[in-house]
Amino acid sequence: MNVLICIAKVPDTTTKITFTENNTQFNTDRVQWVINPLDEFALTRAIEIKEALGGTITVMNVGLADTEPLIRKAFAIGADEGIRINAEPTDCFFVASQIAHYAKEGNYDYIFAGRETTDYEGAQVGGIVAEFMGIPFIAGVPKFDYDGTTATMEREIEGGKEVITVNPPFLASIQEGVTEPRIPSMRGIMSARTKPLTVVEPVEAGSFVGVNSYELPPAKGDCKYVDAENSEELINLLHNEAKVI
Amino acid sequence: MAVLVYADNSGGSVPNSALEAVYYASKVAAEKGTETIAVVIGALDNAILESLGNYGADKVLHYSDDKLSDFDSQSYTRVVSDAINSTGANVIIFSHNYASKSIGPRLSAKLQAGMAVAVMGLPKIDGDSLTIRRTVYAGKAFADVTISSAIKIIAVTPNAFSPEVTDKKAAVEPASVDLTDSDFGMKITDTNKVTDKVSLTEATVVISGGRGLKDASNWDMLEEMADMLGAATACSKPVADMGWRPHSEHVGQTGITVRPNLYFAIGISGAIQHLAGVNGSKIIVAINTDSEAPIFKAADYGIIGDAFEVVPRLNTAIKNLNG
Ligand SMILES: Cc1cc2nc3c(=O)[nH]c(=O)nc-3n(C[C@H](O)[C@H](O)[C@H](O)COP(=O)(O)OP(=O)(O)OC[C@H]3O[C@@H](n4cnc5c(N)ncnc54)[C@H](O)[C@@H]3O)c2cc1C
Repeated sequence: MNVLICIAKVPDTTTKITFTENNTQFNTDRVQWVINPLDEFALTRAIEIKEALGGTITVMNVGLADTEPLIRKAFAIGADEGIRINAEPTDCFFVASQIAHYAKEGNYDYIFAGRETTDYEGAQVGGIVAEFMGIPFIAGVPKFDYDGTTATMEREIEGGKEVITVNPPFLASIQEGVTEPRIPSMRGIMSARTKPLTVVEPVEAGSFVGVNSYELPPAKGDCKYVDAENSEELINLLHNEAKVI
Repeated sequence: MAVLVYADNSGGSVPNSALEAVYYASKVAAEKGTETIAVVIGALDNAILESLGNYGADKVLHYSDDKLSDFDSQSYTRVVSDAINSTGANVIIFSHNYASKSIGPRLSAKLQAGMAVAVMGLPKIDGDSLTIRRTVYAGKAFADVTISSAIKIIAVTPNAFSPEVTDKKAAVEPASVDLTDSDFGMKITDTNKVTDKVSLTEATVVISGGRGLKDASNWDMLEEMADMLGAATACSKPVADMGWRPHSEHVGQTGITVRPNLYFAIGISGAIQHLAGVNGSKIIVAINTDSEAPIFKAADYGIIGDAFEVVPRLNTAIKNLNG
């Protein structure tokens, strides 16, 4: 069983978001970078399935050399091999074009991406890769099983969920619920240093969406407190003052 | 060149978020001086299809092939790209939801089209490029982005636009596309729809509970409040992790982003990852025993108190209000 996991580098979720250069650049000062949490869920689920069925797990990242510590972190968690496509990720289309190009060479049974990254939240990379490869794509999977031939998964639809079966090759974008992330073991951390990380060069690809500038939302006004003994007053305020009920 | 909008069919009705997308599309079309064409897939009453005109659609292309009863990103992408080809549309609008995340990226690859999601404002059109405001970093910031491809895809945030309704009727045209086995890649073996519940991303009021509620059974009082207010229920991440509530209700940075008019955070501390998914709400109410809880910094109204005493009193007050 060969599995590919697309992983992205994002700021830790506790990062205070600010901008520089006249609000055109994200301020990376003192940011701690992590594997996109949804990608890490995907990786961890793939490792659990590999523990039952065997196989090889490859992680792929489009990024410059500064993403390598995160690829090593994925090795420590349990990925076997890594491929870094040596380019600055500009937009979803560009990133997905790179991944699709190299994924076609890999003969993977299935591919996981996170449903979206926690920074740019494009929610497109998985679907674009699937279309370029001509394979089924299931968006937003909170539950996933694979028996070696067929995958059974849930997907969330508006107002409910569906159970789906699909045979390889396919691509699923993973969301919360598939499993809990793991803390790498000492053995995992030791072995991460020697696992193979291949660096490849990007292919020609378009990039169609660019950020001109950022803006922070206006600061919130003060909280208006209602005494607990007089809780009913809150409903009055929501009805007559805020007019939201 | 026309503006095309994908209008979701939620088991025989068109949800509000899709009506907002139709309205948004008509605004873009007006700016471009062109017409608004809606694509709808699956069985739906003709009267409902015509009523999309109320929200600004000039024409509705209705694909009702039985083979399309199951949502498959491949077959649905075939349909929408067929509609794009037949109408020559160069701007495609979705509501930012499950369908846009399944179809949008495939279209992007097929048509070399740039896609902007979580869109909050109408576009500025300048020649061949289009600039638009969206949220990034889970609502912690806005970004103004420019789409420069010839065909452009836009997914609009639910609850960000309120349609003005007219009595215009749309012209409904049946449409079809030849689907082959290669357009289908998956089998749906079970569907579980909670139809009597308000959908979380569409809800205008959301009642959310955290670890402070101590046990799954204590959601009864939140459900009661939600029922009276026509609200959806939600929860923090640890609540879903512990299995008190389904993961589909978990809001925040790694869960669902909501932007209702009113968000109740009950027994929720207000961690940065939680706030990320809810800070687009118009009004936030916090109920918490701890006066130092960070949720009060994000809240418009707060009660420092025990949820088990406060919520029943609120429920009584809502009952009185509703008469
Ligand atoms: C990578 C990452 C991603 C994350 N993503 C998310 C996410 O998407 N969504 C999310 O929610 N969290 C997320 N978290 C978790 C987040 O950091 C917090 O741990 C979580 O939000 C806390 O949930 P809580 O407020 O329910 O629980 P707690 O922090 O335990 O807060 C419980 C609150 O209840 C109050 N309380 C207790 N008893 C009562 C009572 N009787 N009446 C009223 N109030 C009471 C307490 O004062 C306290 O403030 C993420 C964390 C990480 C590291």
